[in-house]
Amino acid sequence: MPVVWLILIVLAVAAVGYVLGRGRALASAGGEQIKLHSLPSYYGSNVAMKVVVPAFLILVLWLLVQPLIVNNSVSGLIPDSEIAEGSSRGLVLAEVRRAARGLDNAVAQGLITEDFARNARADFNDVTARLKEAGQVVTSQITQPILRAAQEYRVLNATGNFMMSIVVILAALAGAAWGLYESRADFRARNTVERGIKALLISAASIAILTTAGIVFSLVFNTVEFFRLYPAFDFFFGLTWSPTFSGRGGNSQLGIIPLLWGTFYISFVALAVAVPIGLFAAVYLSEYAGPKVRAVAKPLLEILAGIPTIVYGLFALLTVGPLLVSVFGPDGAGIMQSGTAVMTAGLVMGIMLIPFVSSLSDDIINAVPQAMRDGSYGLGATKSETVKQVILPAALPGIVGAILLAASRAIGETMIVVLGAGAAARLSLNPFDAMTTVTAKIVSQLTGDADFASPVALVAFALGMTLFVVTLGLNIVALYIVRKYREQYD
Amino acid sequence: MTDATLSPDGAKAPEKTSAQPRSLYATDELTKKRNASEKRFQAYGIAAIGAGLFFLVVLAYSIISEGIPAFTRTVLTVEFTVTQEQFDDAESQLFKTRAYEAVFTEAMSTQFQQKNIQVPFDVAAIERIVGKPGSTIREFYRANPDQLGQPVAFELAASSRVDGYMNGRLTRDNITDSRFLQKSDLDLVDVLVESGIIQTVFNWPFITGADSGVDNPGGAGIGASVVGSFFMMLVVLFLSLPIGVAASIYLEEFAPQNKFTDLIEVNISNLAAVPSIVFGILGLAVFIQFMHLPQSAPIVGGLVLTLMTLPTIIISTRASLKAVPPSIRDAALGVGASKMQAVFHHVLPLAMPGILTGTIIGLAQALGETAPLLLIGMVGFVARGYPDGFVSGFMDPNSAMPAQIYTWAARSDFAFYEKAWGGIIVLLIFLLSMNILAIILRRRFERRW
Repeated sequence: MPVVWLILIVLAVAAVGYVLGRGRALASAGGEQIKLHSLPSYYGSNVAMKVVVPAFLILVLWLLVQPLIVNNSVSGLIPDSEIAEGSSRGLVLAEVRRAARGLDNAVAQGLITEDFARNARADFNDVTARLKEAGQVVTSQITQPILRAAQEYRVLNATGNFMMSIVVILAALAGAAWGLYESRADFRARNTVERGIKALLISAASIAILTTAGIVFSLVFNTVEFFRLYPAFDFFFGLTWSPTFSGRGGNSQLGIIPLLWGTFYISFVALAVAVPIGLFAAVYLSEYAGPKVRAVAKPLLEILAGIPTIVYGLFALLTVGPLLVSVFGPDGAGIMQSGTAVMTAGLVMGIMLIPFVSSLSDDIINAVPQAMRDGSYGLGATKSETVKQVILPAALPGIVGAILLAASRAIGETMIVVLGAGAAARLSLNPFDAMTTVTAKIVSQLTGDADFASPVALVAFALGMTLFVVTLGLNIVALYIVRKYREQYD
Repeated sequence: MTDATLSPDGAKAPEKTSAQPRSLYATDELTKKRNASEKRFQAYGIAAIGAGLFFLVVLAYSIISEGIPAFTRTVLTVEFTVTQEQFDDAESQLFKTRAYEAVFTEAMSTQFQQKNIQVPFDVAAIERIVGKPGSTIREFYRANPDQLGQPVAFELAASSRVDGYMNGRLTRDNITDSRFLQKSDLDLVDVLVESGIIQTVFNWPFITGADSGVDNPGGAGIGASVVGSFFMMLVVLFLSLPIGVAASIYLEEFAPQNKFTDLIEVNISNLAAVPSIVFGILGLAVFIQFMHLPQSAPIVGGLVLTLMTLPTIIISTRASLKAVPPSIRDAALGVGASKMQAVFHHVLPLAMPGILTGTIIGLAQALGETAPLLLIGMVGFVARGYPDGFVSGFMDPNSAMPAQIYTWAARSDFAFYEKAWGGIIVLLIFLLSMNILAIILRRRFERRW
């Protein structure tokens, strides 16, 4: 039974339960609503809640756990001899799943019978031929054990799905019975329903924790796996980045230093553009500009923050890069080889970060108490002297926090560097050289790759881990500084 | 002692240095310097804002000027007749499309004679201009055999180089002779333009089509990936709105001050600042590697983007819940509502406009996000067609607008760059209308307490 039908059945049971529960509660009070503890709809909702929540919980858990169990037991059917040189158990299992899906489709089309698909003595050549006839994608790698495993996989899945339907429907019915039994006049239905809703609210709020846990686990597990294949020391202190696919990626040199160098160099250029412009814009907008200028300039600047990064990436690749080449390239200064360079990506990223720096600093400058300004003016200071000698020193911790947040943005930015910075990992001081970053390499190592067995793909998780730790550290420090600073004037 | 002797000296000192008594209206050196520095400082501020706005204008200009050509395309309209004999003859040959091309060139030359056009041309030149017309013609007649023997007006797409010549990307000066287009062909193109055979029309296939192969930039369209983005946004809307609102209600209205609440708060503020690519890694590892959801499917993209936009939505929802004055809650509680009823019946409806505005802005952010989609395999070349139905819209491999733009930008053919800019215009139109909708909602329904 497809999952959609199962969901619909559970919802139907819940709807019927709602009507029955409401009616039963009213009937138990002799039709007089005033004698009920709660409003009648709460009795209905109580029944519906008891149907839906356990049934869906079971459904979701079952859907998560069943593939694991099936994969495990099928995996046991495949002898080690079946796993070819240079292959892995995961790839063979993928083959099994493909074969099973082929059998499913062929049965669905009526081209082979269910009995034939299940026949344990079927010859794999025969089955392969029949599947090909049915227009299914069959690779030549189907062997007798794989066919057995595929058949087992189908049987296990079919029984699993059948059991799941039964258990879920039984749970729904049991929930309905329980709820209906409770639906009497003196039952505190509202309190029960509200407790249930509160539990739902708490679980929604906990998704944030789950997400963080998911990020940490997916990074940690795969990073550990990577360090099993590649020495951690070489990763953190290696000076060369040259992944190769020869020897299943075993001959690659995967040093993170050139990537980190590129990342920090580009972020530095970006901040060198964004911080002065953003800071001066913020000071002008909050201290000098009249309300009209402010009402126009601030939203216009913030448009820059709303533009997707892919647009900036294209802008870097196709507009800024060629422009820089025409000035610094072979025809000009002769220090730039191609349009993709640290300068290109850094400049464009700086433009992107201007509104980020300016609106954060704007908030912080506005938070400086007016009394401090008035005191400074009273002593005869000009506006700029007040800004330089009173407001900025007072706002400094907050501004540092804003800059750190901007830096963490710059380090984690992907599309601009993928398109604008180049692909070569290089340790160079020339800002017009092409370099690459941690994020750009995560994209290039993982895109379109489903095989997580080789260090060349797994290194992306170690890179992601590094990125996550660095940006998280920056954020925590920045938020701490900003929060500390806010308390100062509250 | 020393103080007493020094002080009259110190008091006299300024009088001695200035020769005349100083007027209050005349600015002295120091004041001039201070005023100048004040002016300079103000100029820096104006320059900074000017620089920001300048970048904005340059960005807008390059998007519009580079992207507009993507919305036009060049077509050749030729009317001719294929007879039953010609059809049978062509079908019996080994190189069938070649035979149709011969028919086509013949039709072209008769048309030239009718219009009294004197220009030398050969089959190769026609092929360079039209691409490969043979297969288009063959497919048409195989599908509509009843049209044989009647005149049919064909609208054939010109090759991408001719397209570039028509919209100014290629000129006679920068063209290099190649097997794609030669300088001499441009004479023929000019004549065809004059006689009205080559026309520039609105590029509907770009709006409605799917991605094409690497060698066919002319046929590439963004339609399929718009559909992919749409299904992703459905997932994001229907997951992140309820979850975000529920989480915010709990944190804002019910959560006690304890370690658990602190933990949630810290997590939300950190997730808001985690780089988007890390969410892509999460999606790849959890949804595809662990849960075996289909690769490149909009549902996975939607789940990843949901997790990414949740912090944004929670932060804005909490702000609008906070903006509802406590008197509303007190009044509800005072007439006997439970805490839950006060929140759901009174506070939430009043906060709804703010919540919706925040949600739309969060969705707009998600719509423009690229990096996590690349990791879960939603790259452009996957978007080869429209999904078959509602369910397959979620489950079948598709791309999304920004990922499609990235794929075009990463290809080496210049003609694809034009498509990428055009795609950006489409994307920005969507983002702009979402943001305008949010502003209208805020203006229309926002309540000042």
